[in-house]
Amino acid sequence: MATGERPLSPHLQVYRWQITMLLSITHRITGVGLSVGALVLTYWLAAAAYGPGAFERAQSFLNSWFGILLLLGWTFAIFFHLCNGIRHLFWDAGSGFEMSQVRASGWAVIIASVGLTVLVWAIGFGMMGGA
Amino acid sequence: MGMQSDLARVRHLGSAKEGTHHWWAQRLTAIALVPLSLWFIWQAISLGGLDWVAYKAWISHPANTLLMVMFVVAVFHHMQLGLQVVVEDYVHGEGAKITLLVLNKLLAVLLGGSCILSILKVAFGG
Repeated sequence: MATGERPLSPHLQVYRWQITMLLSITHRITGVGLSVGALVLTYWLAAAAYGPGAFERAQSFLNSWFGILLLLGWTFAIFFHLCNGIRHLFWDAGSGFEMSQVRASGWAVIIASVGLTVLVWAIGFGMMGGA
Repeated sequence: MGMQSDLARVRHLGSAKEGTHHWWAQRLTAIALVPLSLWFIWQAISLGGLDWVAYKAWISHPANTLLMVMFVVAVFHHMQLGLQVVVEDYVHGEGAKITLLVLNKLLAVLLGGSCILSILKVAFGG
């Protein structure tokens, strides 16, 4: 099959970055990132099933600076994927397709996911400090 | 079109011969994950510093056992559906694609099953 002479559509790089494409690819990246998080969730639950010692090691790993960094990333990823997922469900229901609405809901997703991440960690650190 | 219903007509359509099933399952698990993941985050905040005894007390509560199992099932089903599309979009070699799609599905069942077993073992263990 001669495919060499067919015209190609413009490559992704020629387009100016817009919030719509940024959120679209971030949705996919956070989804893949959350899959890695599902592996750690499996490890955490399996460690608890294995016994107190293994669970303690899992907890101390998650409470190390690296573990907290990962959890911080997954908190943002889960809130972003959740908020943008709800945005997708509204599109599936047939609403919010005007360009102004698409941009506004996009900004709402960014603000909500950052805000919820900060809120959760403020509560988490507050509980640690209070304990 | 005779006696066929609209649903019967769209079933098994598309290159994968599965109609709208993938799309629909992805939406259903997404809807389930909205309350379940919010519940999980809320629980995880207070589980952060707990030891095993406190974890056992938490997971043994029937509501927590049930919601954790449902959360895990929805997570791994949704994950499998999402990763499948990522593989289909970016992996073009037929052999590599089929291998990854099979691995994706088997690992999702294996890991999801491990999570359920781990939850139940502690919840019902002596």
